[in-house]
Amino acid sequence: MSANGLVIAVPRGALFEETLDWLDGLGIRTDEVRSNDRKLVFGDVGLITMRPSDVPTYVAAGAADLGVTGKDVLMEQTDAAVAGAGRDVYELRDLGFGRCTMVIATREGPDPAAEALRRLGVIRVATKYPRVATRYFEDTGRQAEIIEVKGSVELAPLTGLVEAIVDLTATGTTLRENHLVIREEIAECTARLIANPVAHKLKAGPIDELLERARAI
Amino acid sequence: MIHPIPSGTRDVLPDEMRELRAITEALRDVFGAAGYGEVYTPALEYETVITRGELASLRPAYRVFDENGNVLVLRSDMTVPIARVVATRYPASEPPLRFCYFAHSYRGVRPQRGQPREFLQAGVELIGASAPRGTAEAVTVLCRALDAVGLARYRLGLGDASLYPALLDSLGVAADDRARLLDELARGDFVGLERGLRDLEIDDDSIRLLLSVPQMRGGADVLRGPPGPVADAVAGLRAVHQLLEADVAERVIFDLGLSRAPGYYTGAVFEVYDPAVGMPLGGGGRYDNLLGEFGRSLPAVGFALEVDRLHLALAAEERL
Repeated sequence: MSANGLVIAVPRGALFEETLDWLDGLGIRTDEVRSNDRKLVFGDVGLITMRPSDVPTYVAAGAADLGVTGKDVLMEQTDAAVAGAGRDVYELRDLGFGRCTMVIATREGPDPAAEALRRLGVIRVATKYPRVATRYFEDTGRQAEIIEVKGSVELAPLTGLVEAIVDLTATGTTLRENHLVIREEIAECTARLIANPVAHKLKAGPIDELLERARAI
Repeated sequence: MIHPIPSGTRDVLPDEMRELRAITEALRDVFGAAGYGEVYTPALEYETVITRGELASLRPAYRVFDENGNVLVLRSDMTVPIARVVATRYPASEPPLRFCYFAHSYRGVRPQRGQPREFLQAGVELIGASAPRGTAEAVTVLCRALDAVGLARYRLGLGDASLYPALLDSLGVAADDRARLLDELARGDFVGLERGLRDLEIDDDSIRLLLSVPQMRGGADVLRGPPGPVADAVAGLRAVHQLLEADVAERVIFDLGLSRAPGYYTGAVFEVYDPAVGMPLGGGGRYDNLLGEFGRSLPAVGFALEVDRLHLALAAEERL
């Protein structure tokens, strides 16, 4: 069975397996997606696979009707500062899996971020989520210098590049192993089902039917 | 030598310009035949004028100072400048007044496909014609215009901006919560909407109602379902629907969750969809209080089409 003629963007990476399990529950066949990790387009079942952070891009442009991605990705890509611009995709469902927490962490012991803020007036923060971090520090009235890194964020406070990091953690193991402790929790993040706003109107029947099937799981 | 231009802007060269011109000429013929006179207003306006009263929430993205220290803004749409023109230049004229425009507006969006910072809008404003007759006229002109451009597959989403606020009021939701929930709805964040509703002290039936109403969209049967508090808005939509000719009516998708930024809409709102383009081609609605902000209180309705998106949709339809 396919996805009612809909195209669904599936994230490879941490949410991949659970997304496929969820699609199985809807009666969409995922065995070929599971067995072939080079192919990108699975036309007969209406699935396309990509990096999680690309999912909102494809869905916003209408290249996919629906997609699954993390709330962390949506938070990072939504531009809350620009009125009327935040409606690129609809967020239809919290799928519940892939639960992580967006946190501020620093080295263990006395909080070096508090010390930096007190004595230097600004916290240096490394993150893969510069918009989320910028917004959070602004909203809490603290001055922060946001440094975007692409690789292991944990390295930044250990080398003295920054005092704090903003990152996503599921179990906290990586943080602990690097002698970092969580100082604040910014948001709970889970996998979300998103929709293209135009497809949500023009393909209302198939989308609602799929949501109905999802409710039954 | 390569000389850059600002992000989100672009040059139009003859091949593209010819195609854009064909679109705008087709639109101009339809608007003209329906009695809409073309106007042009300055791209720069005084900030204090363009953000009067309730409009203060409309924050234009680009500002400059003039030689006297006044703050000027680049207009972010044409509706507000035309409201200013009506109050200033037509203070005593017998309504209804009909205007159309082809003009660039400016928004501080993140530039991407279909989201430039400078964009050409083609639209009409019908001033002094109340619902449902005025709304039906605007919707009809809109469909005739899209037909003339040559689009075959477009649909029109029709909703009412007062519907969800009325529903929240009827359940006694406080003003702060109301604003937050309307914001979630406008952003299409149904997960956030559900969270927000569960934080309120209202019963499960009300929550179910508040979650299901914005998901109601489809044919005229949508107007049969919804309950008491939204009856006025739904009756308004039905009245508009009854005034539409058959070929216009069959383009309509009723959408009880439709809400549009900016926030000056007071009644019926509508959006144009094409299956080939992932974002609305344009839209509009009733703004019965806006003219009052400028001192000439008249009901009004209008729409704007984004010419570049019409072009995208037309190109995509031709490829089929």
